[in-house]
Amino acid sequence: MALDTSPAPSASSKLVKAATSETRIARLTLIMVALGFVALFLLLPLATVFIEAFRKGPAEFATALRDPETFSAIRLTLIVAAISVPLNLVFGVAAAWAIAKFEFKGKAFLTTLIDLPFSVSPVISGLVFVLIFGANSALGPFLQKYGIHILFAVPGLVLATVFVTFPFVARELIPLMQEQGTSDEEAALSLGATGWQTFWHVTLPNIKWGLLYGVLLCNARAMGEFGAVSVVSGHIRGQTNTMPLQVEILYNEYNFVAAFAVAAVLALLALVTLVLKTALELRYSDEIAASRRH
Amino acid sequence: MEVRVQNIRKEFGRFPALDDVSLDIRSGELIALLGPSGSGKTTLLRLIAGLESPTDGTIFFGAEDASRKSVQQRNIGFVFQHYALFRHMTVLDNVSFGLKVRPSSRRPPAAEIRRRALDLLELVQLSGLEKRYPAQLSGGQRQRVALARAMAVEPNVLLLDEPFGALDAQVRKELRKWLREIHDRTGHTTVFVTHDQEEALELADRVVVMSKGAIEQVGTPDEIYDHPVSPFVYGFIGQSNCIDVTLSSGEIWFEDRPIGLRAASEPDGAATLYFRPHDIELIDGCGGCLAGLVTASRRVAGTRHLELDLGKAHPPVEIELPPERASSTDHTRIAFRPTKWKLFRKEGDVAVAPRQVEAPATELVRTGT
Repeated sequence: MALDTSPAPSASSKLVKAATSETRIARLTLIMVALGFVALFLLLPLATVFIEAFRKGPAEFATALRDPETFSAIRLTLIVAAISVPLNLVFGVAAAWAIAKFEFKGKAFLTTLIDLPFSVSPVISGLVFVLIFGANSALGPFLQKYGIHILFAVPGLVLATVFVTFPFVARELIPLMQEQGTSDEEAALSLGATGWQTFWHVTLPNIKWGLLYGVLLCNARAMGEFGAVSVVSGHIRGQTNTMPLQVEILYNEYNFVAAFAVAAVLALLALVTLVLKTALELRYSDEIAASRRH
Repeated sequence: MEVRVQNIRKEFGRFPALDDVSLDIRSGELIALLGPSGSGKTTLLRLIAGLESPTDGTIFFGAEDASRKSVQQRNIGFVFQHYALFRHMTVLDNVSFGLKVRPSSRRPPAAEIRRRALDLLELVQLSGLEKRYPAQLSGGQRQRVALARAMAVEPNVLLLDEPFGALDAQVRKELRKWLREIHDRTGHTTVFVTHDQEEALELADRVVVMSKGAIEQVGTPDEIYDHPVSPFVYGFIGQSNCIDVTLSSGEIWFEDRPIGLRAASEPDGAATLYFRPHDIELIDGCGGCLAGLVTASRRVAGTRHLELDLGKAHPPVEIELPPERASSTDHTRIAFRPTKWKLFRKEGDVAVAPRQVEAPATELVRTGT
């Protein structure tokens, strides 16, 4: 007694549909809703950035980017990312390794702690560093005496960025490493490999795709971070302004073309990252599939 | 190489996984660690490998104390339950891994490594598949790659954790025969863990039956099956029935009547009688026997299995008969007597000294009239 009660045209068909297949209307509606959201909330803003940047022509766009302050902001962003991403790569692998492969007291606490930067507002994260290294802090006089500049300088920016982007690599690796377990490592050790050989030849190849995604996400956030960086930067033009900060300054000065020009470059960096990731995925799709399951 | 396990104890947290276990493994033998899950068999295997360290006790490889050595120094070959092949390496790279990671002073030249890996792949009948990745192999093929990889380092002892656990029944049977052949040809001292008694009895020279972190019995498959030394082994290996009986002046009584079996040297008291479903004889006219009502009857291949109800207070008993005998007894009441059997005294009954492992109590086992 298989009664097809669906209102779709296929109701007259004698075959009973698979339980999980939807009617045409349901499928179309779902696709339209998804596409609509993507267009409205992702594509439209992105397009606006580029349209606004080129509103007065490519010449004006080029001029805006040639401004020394803007140029310095781009350079600073790349430097900060170049320092904080490798740091978080090392921290992330170490933390994920510890959590996924060892049993120790306080493991649950460490796992929660790794998520802290996600749950704390970036502004608070920035303020924490001001409270630690600021002139009125306990460390302040010591830093002043020896002329060490942390706040309103590159070290402060790097610290804030590292803090905010800390979870990306670890979050990506922990479930992956937990799923893979320790038997591959045990196999390598039983065959006589040293700890370092095991890491290099067995563990790293097993996690390299997860690691890559983590690094790409971490990099995107490191370049785009605003809140925490804004607090520790001090907004010294041409010196401690990163790209997101430079965009805000230009925008507040009603210099829309320049603001959007910098924003376009920032967006472009993010897009390049995404394209790179997709290209790698396509190129090595077999290997990625194989690394998920035996 | 000879492996001696001496008074090994292993605790995880405060839970003892192994308690004072000793075992001598002879050089070149194929030995099975058999037990239900949680019996400590895998823990024992991992302790021999050096993947775990004992809480107490010593493990000797030959005359050398191996317990102080790391897993790398012990030079063992370990085959993991799910093979743990390196998925990003080809079959050939997997097999040669153990030789490639050696320090340069002990590492054979690259051509030699390649030749040895290819030889091993031929031994495990995988020639021609050396360029494949593990994901492109069937379960049985992966299992053989894992074995070749473990043998490549010329191990002192080969350790296999549930080697056929993840394979389907057909492949499992083939690989079992094949592993025996490989063992006979290479002569590696081999220890494998299994929960499958058929596998252990068919494949191993000797079987170690384990339960709750202790060794219950060590012996050849024949010894284990024919002369189980404890109720656990009787119940775990093969089919068996157990019924509560009473001993009175050398006679075995079931409820209120003697069943025609004598245990002359045993003192009086309560005991449990164990016998296998096929070790029985049917009796016409019951003058000292067990009798029960047939409650179920199943035909299993060449024999008929009958389930008998001996009375409400007792668990059902199963017996096996040739199909022609079973059909001739169309009464619903069947009288029988065990032909081979064994008594175990109730635990806590201090009147009887515990039986020795070396001397299976043959005086208690009788063959039919």
